[in-house]
Amino acid sequence: MLPEFFFGYFACAILGLAMLTVTRKNLVHSVLWMLLLFLHIACLYLFLNAEFLAVIQVIVYAGAILVLFLFLVMLLNLREEHEARRFVKAWQGRLAVCILLLTVIVISVYKAAVQPTGGYSITFINEMGHTKVLGTVLFNQYVLPFLMTALVLFVPMVAAIVLAMKERKR
Amino acid sequence: MSELRLLTPEIVLTVCMLGIFLSGLAIRSKGMLGLMTIAAAGVTAYLVPSASGTAFEGMFVADAYSSFFKLLFMLTLFLAVLLAIGSRTIREEYATEYYCLLMLASIGMMFMASANDLIILYVGLELMSLSVYVLTGFQRESRWSNEAAMKYLLLGTFATAILLFGIAMVYVLTGSTSIAAVALYVMTGGNTDPVLGIALLAIIIAFGFKIAAVPFHMWAPDAYQGAPTPVTAFMSVGPKAAAFAAFGRVLVEGFGAAWAEWAPAVTILVVLTVAGGNLLALRQDNVKRMFAYSSVAHAGYMLLGVLAGTIAGMQAVMTYLAIYAFMNMGVFTVMLMLENGEERSAYAGLAKRQPLLAGAMLIFLFSLTGIPPAGGFVGKLQVFLAAVDAGQTVLVVVAVIFSVVSAFYYLRLVGTMFMRESEDSVSCSASKTLLFAVILTAFFVLLLGIFPSLVLVG
Repeated sequence: MLPEFFFGYFACAILGLAMLTVTRKNLVHSVLWMLLLFLHIACLYLFLNAEFLAVIQVIVYAGAILVLFLFLVMLLNLREEHEARRFVKAWQGRLAVCILLLTVIVISVYKAAVQPTGGYSITFINEMGHTKVLGTVLFNQYVLPFLMTALVLFVPMVAAIVLAMKERKR
Repeated sequence: MSELRLLTPEIVLTVCMLGIFLSGLAIRSKGMLGLMTIAAAGVTAYLVPSASGTAFEGMFVADAYSSFFKLLFMLTLFLAVLLAIGSRTIREEYATEYYCLLMLASIGMMFMASANDLIILYVGLELMSLSVYVLTGFQRESRWSNEAAMKYLLLGTFATAILLFGIAMVYVLTGSTSIAAVALYVMTGGNTDPVLGIALLAIIIAFGFKIAAVPFHMWAPDAYQGAPTPVTAFMSVGPKAAAFAAFGRVLVEGFGAAWAEWAPAVTILVVLTVAGGNLLALRQDNVKRMFAYSSVAHAGYMLLGVLAGTIAGMQAVMTYLAIYAFMNMGVFTVMLMLENGEERSAYAGLAKRQPLLAGAMLIFLFSLTGIPPAGGFVGKLQVFLAAVDAGQTVLVVVAVIFSVVSAFYYLRLVGTMFMRESEDSVSCSASKTLLFAVILTAFFVLLLGIFPSLVLVG
């Protein structure tokens, strides 16, 4: 009973917070509501015994991406939402897109392979521990994409030199 | 460790890239750094054919298909460096970063060509795209360049997000991201699933963006026009070839058994791209923008080879891409050599002022139109033959009709060069490097047109 109660709380809170995030006119408020939203989603991951994902959710989304948002809002000095003429004003269109996306997600959730294929069964993951298994997979099976990410991260460093550094003179 | 041997070309290019990045501290000469980059490309190209097999549990594959594309990428890198050395827009102070970004993009493309797993494909695509976004905005004092980079970044990111969505759907169905697992799933009768349809649609849309197929071409004219011309030359060839390499591997190898499911979507893309690209190119006054639309149209012809869904079809696409690399790089090199090369007036009376340049441009334009003996004819012929063999006769007829339409805007430029008198003397770059690049590409366009067996894959 108690888990259901907590799950219900988090589910409703996520919906409510998402609505608040989207509807606020003040961008800083919007971002702060989003922070709360991400923390609630992290708690939801804990229900799935995905403690690593929960921590990542807090560190990456709440810690890094939201700070980036706040920086951007402050940099552009956007206290109020900028009133501009929109190409599509009709709310019907937006609703249609939302419903379409929801349908796709619902269908795919039903289609999802319940039991993951390969050696990493649910019992195995429970025995080993979520984080340990994730590390094993990442540094063995997926080590090549992991290393390639290093190169991807190298690009913004070069980009910062090219696009943002003070003009270089010979 | 033995698995790493397959990755030698990628590793060598990465190490060279880092070496050039560091030596940029001491060496500030654009020519010297360019020569080092060319040497790196040469060594990598030399190492490519010897690698063969699969590594990392089948995620990375080095075969004849990937080797061909990797050699093509090294060729593009080589020509792009030549253009950078000769161009004044790429400033000496930023040469190191320019070459590093070119090489990073090439490494990403090489991984895309070798990807046998959707995760590798995705990371390679990101590596390539991010580098090219930065290259597009390289001329940071130009507002056009800034705008182009911004548009390309936003729409490109949107496209990669859609690709990721498609990959997630594939994972939902198969429980794996491997292309081999996808092929197995599709062959064992999973091709009627609606989720598979969604995944396919997302993947086709994302690659449609990357190869600039109509209706996902909106970014291309602005990005091509705003980017510095050496970058335009690079991005109209390299990323397009890489996207075709990955597209072919995913669609033909992965979803080959579900041909009937993806063929309608690709058919619509082919018709819209061939028609849209050519008709919109007709109406352009700016020559650079016209060639942007022309490269959209060429993506349409190449899609026809993918649509065939056969090995012969992909081989035709590879032949086409090899010839396309020479002719498109050649066109942009000529544009770079002329002052105000983006304006039509710069070409008036070119035949009298610069007969060599006009002759080379004539070869490129004939090749783009598909007039023998220039190479473009061979490419088009191969793609059309493969499509006819696959039963796409009606589509081939449509493509041929619009290819005739394309003759109008290509040959109009020929008319300007040979018939019109120049109103005022337009100066022309005296760079020997650019002249060498023009002669080299023109020579190969002709050579491949006369001896197509040099590049016919199969």
